[in-house]
Amino acid sequence: MNSFLWHEIGTIEDIPARGARCVATPQGKIAVFRTADDRVFALEDKCPHRGGPLSQGIVHDGCVTCPLHNWVISLETGLAQGADEGATMSFPVRIEGGRILLGLEQPVEKAA
Amino acid sequence: MSEKLVIVGNGMAPGRMLEHLLEAAPGRYDITIFNAEPRVNYDRIMLSPVLSGEKSYEEIVIHGDGWYVANGITLYKGHRIVAIDRAAKTVTSDHGVTEAYDKLVIATGSVPFIIPVPGKDLPGVLTYRDLDDVNAMLLAAQSRQKAVVIGGGLLGLEAAAGLKERGMDVTVLHVMPTLMERQLDPAAGYLLQKTIESRGIKVITKANTKQIVGGGKVEGVELDDGTIIPATLVVMAVGIRPNVTLAKEAGLTVNRGIVTDDRMRTLDPDILALGECAEVGGNVYGLVAPLYQMALVAAAALAGSGDERFVHIDTPTKLKVTGIDLYSVGDFADGEDREEIVLRDATAGIYKRVVLKDDRVIGTVLFGETADGAWFADLQKKQTDVSDMRDTLIFGQAFQGGASADPLAAVAALADDAEICGCNGVCKGRIVDAIKEKGLTALDEVRAHTKASASCGTCTGLVEKLMQLSLGDSYNPAAIQPMCSCTELGHDEVRRLIKAKALKTIPAVMQELEWKTSCGCARCRPALNYYLVADWPDEYADDYQSRFVNERVHANIQKDGTYSVVPRMWGGVTSSKELRAIADVVDKFAIPTVKVTGGQRIDMLGIRKEDLPAVWADLGEAGFVSGHAYAKGLRTVKTCVGSDWCRFGTQDSTGLGIRIEKFMWGSWTPAKVKMAVSGCPRNCAEATCKDVGVICVDSGFEIHFAGAAGLDIKGTEVLGLVKTEDEALEVIVALTQMYREQARYLERIYKWAKRIGYDEIRRQVLDDVERRKAYHDRFVFSQKFAQVDPWSERVSGKDKHEFQPMAAIGYAEAAE
Repeated sequence: MNSFLWHEIGTIEDIPARGARCVATPQGKIAVFRTADDRVFALEDKCPHRGGPLSQGIVHDGCVTCPLHNWVISLETGLAQGADEGATMSFPVRIEGGRILLGLEQPVEKAA
Repeated sequence: MSEKLVIVGNGMAPGRMLEHLLEAAPGRYDITIFNAEPRVNYDRIMLSPVLSGEKSYEEIVIHGDGWYVANGITLYKGHRIVAIDRAAKTVTSDHGVTEAYDKLVIATGSVPFIIPVPGKDLPGVLTYRDLDDVNAMLLAAQSRQKAVVIGGGLLGLEAAAGLKERGMDVTVLHVMPTLMERQLDPAAGYLLQKTIESRGIKVITKANTKQIVGGGKVEGVELDDGTIIPATLVVMAVGIRPNVTLAKEAGLTVNRGIVTDDRMRTLDPDILALGECAEVGGNVYGLVAPLYQMALVAAAALAGSGDERFVHIDTPTKLKVTGIDLYSVGDFADGEDREEIVLRDATAGIYKRVVLKDDRVIGTVLFGETADGAWFADLQKKQTDVSDMRDTLIFGQAFQGGASADPLAAVAALADDAEICGCNGVCKGRIVDAIKEKGLTALDEVRAHTKASASCGTCTGLVEKLMQLSLGDSYNPAAIQPMCSCTELGHDEVRRLIKAKALKTIPAVMQELEWKTSCGCARCRPALNYYLVADWPDEYADDYQSRFVNERVHANIQKDGTYSVVPRMWGGVTSSKELRAIADVVDKFAIPTVKVTGGQRIDMLGIRKEDLPAVWADLGEAGFVSGHAYAKGLRTVKTCVGSDWCRFGTQDSTGLGIRIEKFMWGSWTPAKVKMAVSGCPRNCAEATCKDVGVICVDSGFEIHFAGAAGLDIKGTEVLGLVKTEDEALEVIVALTQMYREQARYLERIYKWAKRIGYDEIRRQVLDDVERRKAYHDRFVFSQKFAQVDPWSERVSGKDKHEFQPMAAIGYAEAAE
């Protein structure tokens, strides 16, 4: 179950610092974030609150604030911060020579 | 008939005396003031924050012009009294004005001491005494060159810190071995020197100035040992001398100061002296607390009320340099009959020393942590026997049984007569009583009623704690509500500091104002971005990633992540061509909903983000630009059909609305701005619930502002009536610019106006024609950079990445 397929999705320069871009996948839209210090994270583009597009939020430190109702989500864990409770699915990311690789789990039917 | 009272000097002491006098004996005197400075009464002890940029002159004014008018006081600004004729009972100013008096108050203050060395008169040598000195220093500081401050006392160090803050390379010369030796013991003086040096200010002690060198202007300071320190600015802050020349010439008794009895009366029964020029009980004073005590005594003497007498008290010293905590009071010289308790924490930079005599506190020096200063001073004042708590005394009040380390509890534990505000001699009981009796709920009100924290402001925290204790949860210290959890500073402070320190990027703001997070949050970043856009329109590079999604994408995000698009329809007027273009776009992109908005526009909802540039391209071809329906900026100007069609219309309201919209579109504002123009008082455009509205009448244009029809419902206030369209436009633009410069981010005009005061706004943008023009011109300047259609920019490829996915991973690929 823990085997990932790594997909090259572009370079770090493709994402604005303190910003995000989206990747369309069979598992839905995934938001790929780049922080001020050039760390890259991937989350399902869906806020645990009302499904807002996290990729459209403001990125600050290691978090993003959802544009719909200002929930703050940790980029690393996908967990809602502060008093809010909930989590967004997060995806593994690797950077190799400036290329960003996004890890998606193998489809269940193939792995079986 | 009222008696004539003449006051020579308009500093803090006579200002305070007048407040007491007007309260005790209103109308008894016909009052005239001669002020050698060309201005009103201001808070001289706040000059250092003005120098460093933390405050502006306007903020330190104690009595504005209106106060003198309201109290019927004649104020001669820029008039120096040159002669007192005691026989004729008149004074004469250098401009030749002669006034007769029944009672005369001399409050000529002090003059800075100038060390008599060669070069002392060179241009570039300044003193540090009044606002003119500060302005001269600010001018000199623009060079960002080298400055030398002679004098390492309170004033000298504040001047040095201020000049450093303004970007100068500063050296302090002090003749004694340690800094502030009159207020600090050598250990604290040493710590202070280290702290000052750690800020990049050089300190040379035991420095005897031999001469100031330079040909034509200052070039440096030469010391006794031959060292020359280069400088383009030299500030002498070695001390002050009571200004007694006038009194001496009038034949009054003068020692160091003008000699008075303990009711502030000179040997002439009709002449009083107070302030820094007065000598009472053999002492002269330079700190504000005893001067305010003199003011109280003098007012009682003049009013003939009560029998107030001046009593010497030790006054605590504090340094007004942000980030340096220092407190000293009383006598702390060593002596055989004295004991001392010392606490040092080298890592934290803390030093505390309490000097005892016969188990009573007689002196306290605190450095690095001064919260217990008031408590120690209180023990000293009351002569409390401290033998029982001697072992833990130095740790402060929190360690004495009962009270806890909770600062609120510590304040609660203070006795009613414990002094809270040293400058104004206000004790805890008076503040608490005033809060309860007068129903005070805001810090400014407490300041107005009790004067507590109204001078140097260092006790503000204590006063706020008392308000918290008295009012419980209902106390909301709005004045210091931080912008967000990234900072302690409120919006107003941040806006002021952005201007004062000329901060022009978000990282610069965060660095200089000591943000607690590395890159802010979703609350402060858009606010800072707006403040910088508004303050530096030509220099600031908009930070796209600090804008809320709508302003980044130039459309309104909807609950499902799609967007809505509203093209501009100037004044709400459209045409068949425009409507046809909209219909075509709706069909082509299968836009699910088309809706007419409250602001007379057409809204297309449910557009996918990827489609936005193509939608804009088609709309652009039909001549549409962005309607900014998503912006904290000018949204819409709603109009009625006015004199073109309506049988009641008095003016061309549609034309004026379009004109306003074409002039003002594109500008960013603290929150959204909606306007309307109605052609007659029937008000079909509903202008009287808008941020700014115009009601046309036969005689001109009635301008309204500060309405609301959202969360709150509020009818507008009338700003005023103007005669022409041009004038109406100028006033509206000036009002908007004032709002852009002063309001807090996300604060709508009606909230801002309520906070600032409708009259103040009227005064600035309607009555004061010059100021109105200046606001107008600044708006016009910023529009040069703002009036760019964001849609056509994006159609041409700007921020392309925003509208396209980074990559698409197909099923086939994922399954491989």
